[in-house]
Amino acid sequence: MAETITHSYLENTGRYKGIMAWLTTTDHKRIGLMYMYAMMVFFIVGALLGELMRLELFRPGQQFMNAQTYNGIFTIHGIIMIFTVVIPGLAAVFGNFAMPMQIGAHDVAFPRLNLFSWYLFILGAAIALSSQFMGNGPPDTGWTFYAPYSTQTHTNVVAAVFGAFILGFSSILTGLNFIVTIHRLRAPGMTFFRMPLFPWSLYATAWIQVLATPIVGITLLMVIAERWLRIGFFDPSLGGDPILYQHLFWIYSHPAVYIMILPAMGVITEIIPTFAQRRVFGYKAIALSSIAIALVGYFVWAHHMYTSGMSMTARWVFSLLTFLVAVPSAIKVFNWITTMYKGSISVKPPFLYALGFIFLFMIGGLTGLSLGSLATDVHVHDTAYVVAHFHYIIFGGVGFAFFAALHYWYPKMYGRMYNFKRANIAFGFLFVGFNLLYFPQFVLGIMGMPRRYFDYLPQFTLGHQISAVGGLILLIGIIIMIANLFSKKGAKAPDNPWGGSTLEWTISSPPSQENFDELPVVTGEPYDYK
Amino acid sequence: MTHTETHITDYRVYGWVLFALLVLTTITITVTWIDLSALTVLVALMIASVKSFIVLKYFMHLKFESRLFTVFVVMVLSIYLLVIGLTFFDYLLR
Amino acid sequence: MEIHRDDIGARLGMWLFIFTEILLFGGLFLVYAVMRHRYSVEFHQAAHQLNAFIGTVNTVVLLLSSATVAMSITAVQRGEKRKGVLLLFITLLCAGVFLFNKYLEWGHKISIGLYPGSDMMIGLKHGYILFFSLYFFMTGLHMLHLVVGSIILTIVMLKIQTGSINPGKYTLLENGGLYWHLVDLIWIFLFPLLYLIT
Repeated sequence: MAETITHSYLENTGRYKGIMAWLTTTDHKRIGLMYMYAMMVFFIVGALLGELMRLELFRPGQQFMNAQTYNGIFTIHGIIMIFTVVIPGLAAVFGNFAMPMQIGAHDVAFPRLNLFSWYLFILGAAIALSSQFMGNGPPDTGWTFYAPYSTQTHTNVVAAVFGAFILGFSSILTGLNFIVTIHRLRAPGMTFFRMPLFPWSLYATAWIQVLATPIVGITLLMVIAERWLRIGFFDPSLGGDPILYQHLFWIYSHPAVYIMILPAMGVITEIIPTFAQRRVFGYKAIALSSIAIALVGYFVWAHHMYTSGMSMTARWVFSLLTFLVAVPSAIKVFNWITTMYKGSISVKPPFLYALGFIFLFMIGGLTGLSLGSLATDVHVHDTAYVVAHFHYIIFGGVGFAFFAALHYWYPKMYGRMYNFKRANIAFGFLFVGFNLLYFPQFVLGIMGMPRRYFDYLPQFTLGHQISAVGGLILLIGIIIMIANLFSKKGAKAPDNPWGGSTLEWTISSPPSQENFDELPVVTGEPYDYK
Repeated sequence: MTHTETHITDYRVYGWVLFALLVLTTITITVTWIDLSALTVLVALMIASVKSFIVLKYFMHLKFESRLFTVFVVMVLSIYLLVIGLTFFDYLLR
Repeated sequence: MEIHRDDIGARLGMWLFIFTEILLFGGLFLVYAVMRHRYSVEFHQAAHQLNAFIGTVNTVVLLLSSATVAMSITAVQRGEKRKGVLLLFITLLCAGVFLFNKYLEWGHKISIGLYPGSDMMIGLKHGYILFFSLYFFMTGLHMLHLVVGSIILTIVMLKIQTGSINPGKYTLLENGGLYWHLVDLIWIFLFPLLYLIT
């Protein structure tokens, strides 16, 4: 081949310069970064709102915001964190950035659709956030928009709900794009069982995105119709059934938990073998457990509704199914641990964050079992215990996996290294702060502290104060981490700084616009360490 | 990866398919005149399923697509039916 | 790099989109099933209010339009450009008839005060409210899809005319057709569930 000048994807070579070159890009790597920048802004706003709530709860009674403001803040905290940060989360950022390179493709199957998804994401987020500033005040329903309250409150629910609908649409299109990409654009020789495990987890995730999101989409439209037209699907005074809303909402929103956590598990499965320099243990078990989680996860939704007045049969059926979904999750944990066994482990920041993930995810997962079993759930339903549990999964799991992925692919993204020592210090703050913030809430929940309460009895004070301090430490950790990564340029990164074996490490850091000058031909399994 | 195995369906096939669909429509309307009480919904849904099977297979070309497409359609419909079934564990037994 | 073209990938993408649409309506059908279970008698009685004749005409019209879309693919594959355009034109005509019938149907209901949120509607029995709410919501959403489908097929028709859809490249026609059949598929279930079960 004649000599070709390859440009890094970070250089602008097209028609536009500066920010316009980014806003019109169809390059999957740039779109991934654009998701990341937007999400970071949302994440920081959401985290600050969360800490505001903790400070308000520092002492019993009102501190600096009234009860209605508090209701608004936990609602928008949930909407921001769930719909604009963790649901698109790892799939939109690292799925876009790394997956096409890992399967040896030039880009995703529909690059323009990919950019369109990003614009929908921004539009949906803008509409959802506009609910704070327009209409009759911020919505106060909680992010779950439970009917019939959501159809009756005078606050600006419609904007938030419509924003969530648009965000769902963005998520559907990303999922669609990834399924087609994985089916059609794998490099020659890469069979499904030669594919790295992060794409595997994205594939399972994408199916949930495509099949579950429409249900919540139509549900949210029904809420809007009910508010505008007095159609009574969920309002008992018009013959509707509020529990039906909960069914429809959780038919999506429980699988949505797997939309969040599956790519996180995928990232961990990339990081552990790389830093243990050892073949991943039970490749097929991990790959298929992703599919199993996605499939079974579709049928467990009503475990959010044990106390809603469902039939007794439905309760034990869903409890049984919930226990089943724990099995493939546990398979993954065992496989990660076994992969490390007798490996030559080097504890670099990505690996450290991955270990943090495993620890926090196990606490989150095991406490999930106590919520999945009927008898214990009735006791702690809607208490701080639930808050602690899902923060261990969503922040301790998805959040830490996100940080792990960021530290893992950062050299590939920017072609630069970062300061390991500071990354480790940031991890220390994050890990300690996180546990101080959320662990006391398990205890508070068992003692009887309800979630979403603005005020509480004096015996809960100590727990809340530990939480608030933990939150501050966590925020410091976030600041150190971001400052370390983005404040100044590090040393130039080699193509393969960690000794990884997947395809993205065979190309330059940062990659060229086309990723591969010539498509690689795959002849063996991934994770081929001696 | 372009059209290698293009399949061209004859106009007459579509004609027959349309005819079959119209016949089924007639049946489904006629059946509602007979009172089958509880079975009415079931019969109507069964005929509708047959019709959609024909539409999927011929109009939507599943017959000529790779097997993968059919697998996906079956999977999606099964998941959906299971979701309905599980929901009725609540509503039928409340 | 040469422009990569993957027709199977494009159709796979369209099918995935159709799955999302099926589940979008699937949510409504689930609501219908639950409400029908709760208010079976009222649903029976309320369905008498719908005009089964118009429903039947619209069913036939939609089936015909589906057949002509499918045939237009054959026409384009064989390079029979004028026939392809004509067949799509018939499809669009059918869509027009469907919409006109819907206008008559909805117009009548609205003129007697039967529409979501009307005082008359709120005063009805619960089962009736839910039946008519579902009727308007489901047929309304279906109609929206029909309008979108018509716009897509109009673009496709123009592209066949200009030759940018041709025997060598007609994925857009196939995908537009798939979307149109989806509209038909949903009606195949809506029609008996709303109009016939009396």
